[in-house]
Formats: sequence, structure tokens, C-alpha cells
Amino acid sequence: MYSARDWREYPRRYRLEAGKCKKCGKILFPARLICPKCGAREFETEMLPDTGKVLTFTVIRTAPSQFTDIAPYAIAIAELTNGVKLTAQLVDCDVNTVKVGMEVRIEFRRVQTDAYSGILSYGYKFVPKWY
Amino acid sequence: MRDVAVVGVGMTKFGEIWDKSLRDLYVEAALGAIENSGVDHIDSMIVGCMSGGLFVGQEHLGSMLADYLGIKNLPASRVESACASGGLAFRHALIEVASGMSDIVMASGVEKMNDISGDGATYALATAADQEYEVFHGATFPGLYALMAVAHIEKYGTTRDMLAAVAVKNHDNGALNPNAQYPFKITMDTVKSSVMIADPLRILDCSPITDGAAAVILTTVDIAKKLGKPYVKITGSGHATDTIALHSRDDMTTIASATVAADKAFKMAGKTIKDVDFAEVHDCFTIAEIMVMESLGLYAPGKAGEAVLKGETALDGKFPINTSGGLKSKGHPVGATGVAQIVEIYKQLTGQAENGRQLKSNPKVGLAQNMGGSGGSSLVHILEVA
Repeated sequence: MYSARDWREYPRRYRLEAGKCKKCGKILFPARLICPKCGAREFETEMLPDTGKVLTFTVIRTAPSQFTDIAPYAIAIAELTNGVKLTAQLVDCDVNTVKVGMEVRIEFRRVQTDAYSGILSYGYKFVPKWY
Repeated sequence: MRDVAVVGVGMTKFGEIWDKSLRDLYVEAALGAIENSGVDHIDSMIVGCMSGGLFVGQEHLGSMLADYLGIKNLPASRVESACASGGLAFRHALIEVASGMSDIVMASGVEKMNDISGDGATYALATAADQEYEVFHGATFPGLYALMAVAHIEKYGTTRDMLAAVAVKNHDNGALNPNAQYPFKITMDTVKSSVMIADPLRILDCSPITDGAAAVILTTVDIAKKLGKPYVKITGSGHATDTIALHSRDDMTTIASATVAADKAFKMAGKTIKDVDFAEVHDCFTIAEIMVMESLGLYAPGKAGEAVLKGETALDGKFPINTSGGLKSKGHPVGATGVAQIVEIYKQLTGQAENGRQLKSNPKVGLAQNMGGSGGSSLVHILEVA
């Protein structure tokens, strides 16, 4: 992987930047060039809230090579307080305690290391809100 | 548009086919279909393949496969829609014949998945999901369907037994299919005690990694009549996409792309789901078969699992599903799957299904549903007896 592929994602992965459609108000994560709801093309940058709740989850037990050292790990889709839904790992808790409806918070963590380039990729993970 | 028929089919044995390459598998299926149809040439061919590049390092498949089929200067195209590549190849062949651009077109699919490690195959398959916003975080394909399964269980109370019943039923059928990768029966207990892959999905909830190819010959109904071989009519075709990422969908317990593709196919055929006698659906995971049954309108949301448990979709049930064994037992060479579904529909409609899996109900209308990724694309085709 060339580093550009990693740093191009910094606004989303490091700063949780979403795009808010100036016409209809829909919030898109990641930001896009055209709004899928109204077709408008002007957006303003808005930071995602850092809390939400789990809509669904799973525990990955057979993991891709870059994640085998942390398996089993939970993956969840959470809906944030502004309605945006996103997928991330849910960490810092026993995977057997994860439940639908569980309240989570977003934290900045190392996500994976590219085997060929050695690039460390950081991004967001969910943690239990009480943590 | 001209009326189009399927006039011949061919497929390889599905499985871990160590002694055959991608090109050998393809040519075997293609020659089978050409010979079965009685055509003396093809005007064009369309190949569905998800990732020749990642699985065997080979792209430019249209040229290579036409070359190895012994045909020079043929219009040969490769199409891709992840695990729905085969269904997409079939649709494009249909469009080409219906439009009048070509008279005889081969729709075909191939995937050679066992020439790389399991980890490599996991990576290749995951390219059908959103690389930067799903796969980056450690989501796998079983993982994405597990996310749907948990949502379905949470909303409708779908049970472990309902999921297992899909696998057991498909293995019952696959045991009768000489081309199946795993042609043997399994029990509910075997499924429920198999190794966990992504909760709640266990290894026997998952379709396997498979090598294989399938091909069918499409031509006009007029030419089909002259060939004198059994043929079936293609009366409906629908194709729809959905968001690439699962989390972008309003409802994660249904496959909207399948619903829309089916609506289009039914509209074209002038039929509804009530007119259909049996189906091949994309059971890449047990939960997928249940969700697709509901998405096609065959059962109300949340009601399909119970129907599977009751045997309503078994070979002798009121609406048989995956008489071939489905992806679960027959195998899932991703690019070939959509075409192999058509092979089974053709065999059932022409009374040629082997080993006693021929439906006794004298079916007239069959439906094939093939999907890519976590439902980011779906193709639905309706075929009828001539």
C-alpha cells in the first residue's frame, strides 16, 4: 500500500469529518461529491458526534491475517446520535458481553498494520460508553 | 425485443479441482454447453468472473478463454459484479440476443478459488465489500452476513434451528447432485456444533471455497425450435444495485436489491411470485437464503425461517428452493454460481435433473436469484417451459 491511500482517509479516520448537505441537511460519512438523498453537490464539513448505540454486531473468530493477533474481536454497526451509521471494532470489553442497543463511544486507535509497507493505519473504534 | 431461449447447458464438477486450471475448467463447461445445445458456432460469449486477478493472477479473460475454446476473433467480454458476476453474464447475453445484435451467445462463469491460501481467498472475497469503511476495520464476508443475522434475530426472533435447517435442506438436495462439491447429507447437530466463524454463523452456515465453471447457450426461440433440443424461455430479467456498505442501508434485515430486481423481472414476465414453482437463490450463508425468501415476497418478513423448518422449501415441499444443493452444498465458485443456477433451472424445467432430485410437481416456472457482496447487487431471472 502506498501511503497516499492511508493519508487520504485522515479527515474521516482521524477527525471524524462528515459532509452535511447544504440543501437537505443529510449527513454523509464519508463525505461524498453528490448527495444520494437530494442530488445537491454542496456540503459543509461537520464532525461526527462520538456516541451512539449498537444496531447489530458479530464476533469475528476467523480473521484476516492483519487481525489474527486480536481475534476473536467484535465488529459492530452503531448509529450515532446524529443518525449516521458506521462499522468499526468494538473493543475494551469482553466480546461475550456485547449486545444490541449497547451504548458506545468512539475512540481513536491503531486499526491495522500493512504487511508490505509497514504503514500503521489509525482510525476509530467503538468502546463501551461507560468505559 | 426478440424472445430468447436457453437451449443447452454445461458445467464442471464443483470442488477443490487441483488438476484443472481456470482455463481448463472454463473450456470443459463451455464445450459441454455447446455440445448439449447442438449449435455449430457461437456469435459471442460473456464470461462472469469475480476476480481472476486476485485468485490466479489472470485478467483479460474474454480473450484468453475464447482462445482456449479454439475460437479466434470472437466478441468475448468479461463482466463482474462480485458473486453475482454469473447472473450478470446471463443478463448481458440475454440483452445481446434479445436486441438482435447476436443470434447465439454463450453466458458463462468461472472461478478458480483454491490456487491461493484461505487468507488470500478471504481477502479477494472481501473486495466485494467497502474496503475503506468495512474491510479496513476487520469485517469479513461471513462477518457482514453475521451482522445481518444478528439484526434479523433481534427483529424477528429467527432461531439457530432455522439457520441450520437451511444448510441441512440444501445438503439433502446436493447429495443428489453429481456436480456438487459436498454431495452428502448433514444433520442439525452437525451444523450447530461446527466451528464458529462469525457469531452466530458457523462453518456449516457458510458456502465453501470452490473451483468450477458453468455455461449456457442463449438463442432466439425461433432458432431454438430448429435445433430440436429441449429449451426453456427466458421471460424475465431484473438487475439492481444497493449501497456497497451494509451500514448505509435503512433496513439490514432485508435484501432490497433482490426485491427490486425481482419486481423488474416479474413485471417483464407479467408474473408474480405466486406464479413461480421453484427457485435457486443465493444461499452464500444460511441467513441469506432466509432473507432472500422474504425479499422476493415469497414469505412475509420474519416468516421464512419457520417455513424452512417445516420443510416447505424441501424437494417435496410446496416451493422447493435450491434443488441443486445451493451454494452451500453444490459449492460457490463465485463467478460461476449465477450461471450454475440457470443450469439447474433448465434441468428442472426440461425434466433432466439427475439422481432423483427432479421435481415431481412438473414445474413450469423457475426463478434464479444471484447476488453480489452483502446484497450490493442482485440479479433475478425467470425461466419458463417452452
